[in-house]
Amino acid sequence: MSESSGVAVYGEIADGKLLPIALEGLGIGRKLADSLGQEVAAVLAGSDVAGLAAGAFAGGADRVYVVDDPLLKDYQPDAYVSVMEKVIGQVKPRVLIMGQTDVGRDLAPRLAFRLGVPVTMDCVELAIDPASGRLLQTKPVYGGNAQAVFTSDADPQMVTIRTKAMTPLQPDNSRKGEVVKIAAGLDASTIRTKLVDRVIEDVAGIRIEDADVVVAGGRGIGGAEGFAQLEELARLLRGAVGASRPPCDNGWVPDTVQIGLTGKIIAPELYIAVAISGSSQHLSGCSGAKTIVAINKDPEANIFRQARFGVVGDWKKVLPAFTARVKELMAG
Amino acid sequence: MNIIVCVKQVIDPEAPPRSFKIDAGGTRAEMQGAPPVIDPYGEFAVEAALKVKEAAGNGKITALSLGTGLLREVVKKPLAMGADALILLEDAAFAGGDGWSTASALAAAIRKTGEYDLILCGREASDTNAGQTGPGIAAILGLPCVTLVRRIDVAGDTAKVERVTSAGYEVVEVPLPAVMTVSNEIGEPRYPTIKGIMAAKKIEPVVWKPADIGIEPSQVGASGRRLKMNRLFQPVHEGKCELASGETPEEVAANLAARLREAKIF
Ligand SMILES: Cc1cc2nc3c(=O)[nH]c(=O)nc-3n(C[C@H](O)[C@H](O)[C@H](O)COP(=O)(O)OP(=O)(O)OC[C@H]3O[C@@H](n4cnc5c(N)ncnc54)[C@H](O)[C@@H]3O)c2cc1C
Ligand SMILES: Nc1ncnc2c1ncn2[C@@H]1O[C@H](COP(=O)(O)O)[C@@H](O)[C@H]1O
Repeated sequence: MSESSGVAVYGEIADGKLLPIALEGLGIGRKLADSLGQEVAAVLAGSDVAGLAAGAFAGGADRVYVVDDPLLKDYQPDAYVSVMEKVIGQVKPRVLIMGQTDVGRDLAPRLAFRLGVPVTMDCVELAIDPASGRLLQTKPVYGGNAQAVFTSDADPQMVTIRTKAMTPLQPDNSRKGEVVKIAAGLDASTIRTKLVDRVIEDVAGIRIEDADVVVAGGRGIGGAEGFAQLEELARLLRGAVGASRPPCDNGWVPDTVQIGLTGKIIAPELYIAVAISGSSQHLSGCSGAKTIVAINKDPEANIFRQARFGVVGDWKKVLPAFTARVKELMAG
Repeated sequence: MNIIVCVKQVIDPEAPPRSFKIDAGGTRAEMQGAPPVIDPYGEFAVEAALKVKEAAGNGKITALSLGTGLLREVVKKPLAMGADALILLEDAAFAGGDGWSTASALAAAIRKTGEYDLILCGREASDTNAGQTGPGIAAILGLPCVTLVRRIDVAGDTAKVERVTSAGYEVVEVPLPAVMTVSNEIGEPRYPTIKGIMAAKKIEPVVWKPADIGIEPSQVGASGRRLKMNRLFQPVHEGKCELASGETPEEVAANLAARLREAKIF
């Protein structure tokens, strides 16, 4: 149909490193490109980022486009949209993959509307339709109650991918390829929004994204004091404390520990959900856990449909006894 | 200060997941037994608009909603919360749209209202989970845009805005007029007061058809789509939950711990 060819992956960078989502994008990008019999290109935009090309090759790219400019030091929508529009105009990929991250959520829809193509946000599955050669874009809708499969006739076929939904390749450091530099050509006067400050609200201990065990509480915990008890269990299991949205909205825990569709997507070995009803939006964030254990006083709670083990009961009675027994078992 | 807030009528996302059903045609979803509601993030956007108007001490908030079969008691909620006017893009031609057709029609309607300083959307609708309507409107109208907003302070013709990130937040300055998408961290939407509900009863919504906003019917709704939906389905869960038992809560808890240990879960 068009002169477009190949799969382009936006290689998101933070603190001078290629993010895991970039490698997840390259992993699926490689698969799609192989089934199309075409190339994978990585796009790296930032300030002083040329050194990251090797990582993109190792992750599956055949070619790396680098846009290096001091104006790209921090993510700024007007600058990044303009640069990406230029890059896509030159690369002309058939498929463009970005991550469903702070940046991707902001950049992808704006770029799509600028390019005049649709974008499917937060895809959990991507495949090439053998009949049409077009990209089948599967994404959860209705908060995760359903999934929809979309296609677009226009190129690039744009998607963002959900964190941890796609598998990165085993890095292969022997892989090499061509690095192509593209000038940003930015006019600073077109940059309208200005980043004044970036505030990191660090949570002590292990980050929930990295923890093997997450003990999470919901609205039924009732207050910050209850979360102190979850903290005790989490410490014992060397895990982290997470929450559904209401405890964050109520200020019992920081917003940064929210798990779900609009919070963090995690995939720990063990997820203990205490007084969480199990809304589809919450489960979107934790259904990748290997084992879910639920404590809830309502036997009808939806969380029991996803949990592998459970207790029906008041967490105030169940949790202290559970923690005590876990401690004994771990000691002995 | 003229503020436009986009709100959408949706099936209730807080209804129990087991009442969620997709029709035999595989295109429409419903929450059985639960009436439709205003999209929750649209409601957070209304709350943000009210906060900005209060801080400014004056201004007009216009709620804008596109859809078909819009129930007046649902789409009037922003009025009951304190918005001043309501515009409905209601016509069969608007049905079945995607991000493109929806954002294009909303942008055309906003242009027609003439004066706007701030356009607010939710961070994502509870049905599409897309989060592209706000940025789309901004792109079409050529306005700057800040997504995932949790605080807005307007001073003259600029706004200082806090944007939620996964690690905390950013502080961003943006010239007005601008588009913003609002996140739940803005604060719980207020309940309509009796006075608000009475006032809302008296306000008649303005209803616009495609021709009123200068768009061909072929460019809105299903005909204006750029994304095709091939399939809509409910993923099946095979999971089976093993419930621990015992005489007392303490005993049940201990049995759970023992079972998890036995299964080498910890
Ligand atoms: C677009 C959109 C995005 C959203 N994103 C997210 C998200 O990212 N993350 C998220 O979590 N939510 C999200 N939500 C909100 C979501 O719909 C639910 O409102 C939320 O997950 C409910 O949290 P909960 O389970 O803690 O509270 P509830 O649903 O109120 O459940 C509380 C549970 O606690 C139990 N309980 C109460 N007391 C006790 C006790 N003493 N002992 C034991 N059990 C008890 C109750 O039986 C109940 O099951 C989103 C919503 C929308 C519309
Ligand atoms: N049909 C509509 N009418 C009014 N506002 C809408 C409509 N669709 C989307 N919006 C607004 O755009 C936000 C994001 O929607 P979406 O891009 O579909 O996730 C919603 O929270 C609303 O504020």
